[in-house]
Amino acid sequence: MEGLVSLAVKAIFVENLALSFFLGMCTFIAVSKKIQTAMGLGISVMIVQAITVPANNLILTHLLAPGALAWAGFPDVDLTFLGLISYIGVIAALVQILEMVLDKYFPPLYNALGVFLPLITVNCAILGGSLFMVERAYDFPEALTYGVSSGFGWALAITAMAGVREKLKYSDIPDGLQGIGITFITAGLMAMAFMSFSGVKL
Amino acid sequence: MAQTYKSQLVDPLIDNNPITLQVLGICSALAVTSSLQVALVMSIAVTLVTGFSSMFISMLRNQIPGSIRIIVQMVIIASLVIVVDQLLKAYAYEISKTLSVFVGLIITNCIVMGRAEAFAMKNPPVQSFIDGIGNGLGYGLILMTVGVIRELLGSGSLFGITILPTVNNGGWYVPNGLLLLPPSAFFVIGLLIWAVRTWKPKQQEDREYKIQTVEAH
Repeated sequence: MEGLVSLAVKAIFVENLALSFFLGMCTFIAVSKKIQTAMGLGISVMIVQAITVPANNLILTHLLAPGALAWAGFPDVDLTFLGLISYIGVIAALVQILEMVLDKYFPPLYNALGVFLPLITVNCAILGGSLFMVERAYDFPEALTYGVSSGFGWALAITAMAGVREKLKYSDIPDGLQGIGITFITAGLMAMAFMSFSGVKL
Repeated sequence: MAQTYKSQLVDPLIDNNPITLQVLGICSALAVTSSLQVALVMSIAVTLVTGFSSMFISMLRNQIPGSIRIIVQMVIIASLVIVVDQLLKAYAYEISKTLSVFVGLIITNCIVMGRAEAFAMKNPPVQSFIDGIGNGLGYGLILMTVGVIRELLGSGSLFGITILPTVNNGGWYVPNGLLLLPPSAFFVIGLLIWAVRTWKPKQQEDREYKIQTVEAH
């Protein structure tokens, strides 16, 4: 249990997907102009992340890992090279299913999050989360914790960023730095602030 | 036609650079720029994947149904990335370890998807291939520039060869450790964008609010 808590803290603050691994940067820069939209996107990413990371973990351990197909009579088969294509397939399919489920059963939520869902398939943070899960060989509970908390970390970062940018638009910025230039510098400063969490251990 | 091929290849380098102007593909890029060698490998990988995926998608563009095109594009790109990943693991294992998940993340690199969607779906294969290579090179150019700045000032070397002898090794240069950490990549890119846009004012974005002086009465 303690291990899981410290994993969560690490995934949210120290190894924040957006600010220390630069994942999901395209959307991070493009959709951080207003706090409300940023929060909507952040929540969608968190939900999708919380579903896809454990789902990919199950696929890895039961279908792709060396010897995982022993139940089907192929004990020597190693399909790990198919990893990338399976993960992205799972992500695309899950996003599509999530969109349909929300549309059918939770229309208000769908109206709020609907526009962001297609964007999420190509959000590197989602695929990145799954790949980190594979690389660090998490088991199922760890994968679940990592999915939820890394998604939360990303949501936190984009909301904070949007907050800063809402204020920033009133400031006097040099012409050449206008727009994405200053956004990068801001992101850099935020990343530095997040680095100060790096000593935190639970 | 030769002229248009050339402009297709050269335009994305500065005038229409995917990173500084179109703001695509910054996702997986920045983390790999702390050393030049890794940045070079990453640039080559992305250039090849963008070129070939654009070509294949363009070849299939009349067969792909509109409603499932994203999935089809994803599958093509993912297959190419798997090839690159396996090649790196076979011939450059050390570098593939350093790149870790970022090779896989070429799949979701917006440049690849962006060029497939914006260019390859409407143009013939050869042009799409050149467009893909051009955009890959534009991306590589920025990556290499950031890589040079970060490695030279951060550890005083290029490609692992010492250029500025550091104090620890009996030289005179005090390395700037910040440049090896993630935040510096944001600063370097931000400043780079500032430089490019000062040089080419056409790329500047408009202000949302103008600051005006109000005369006192």
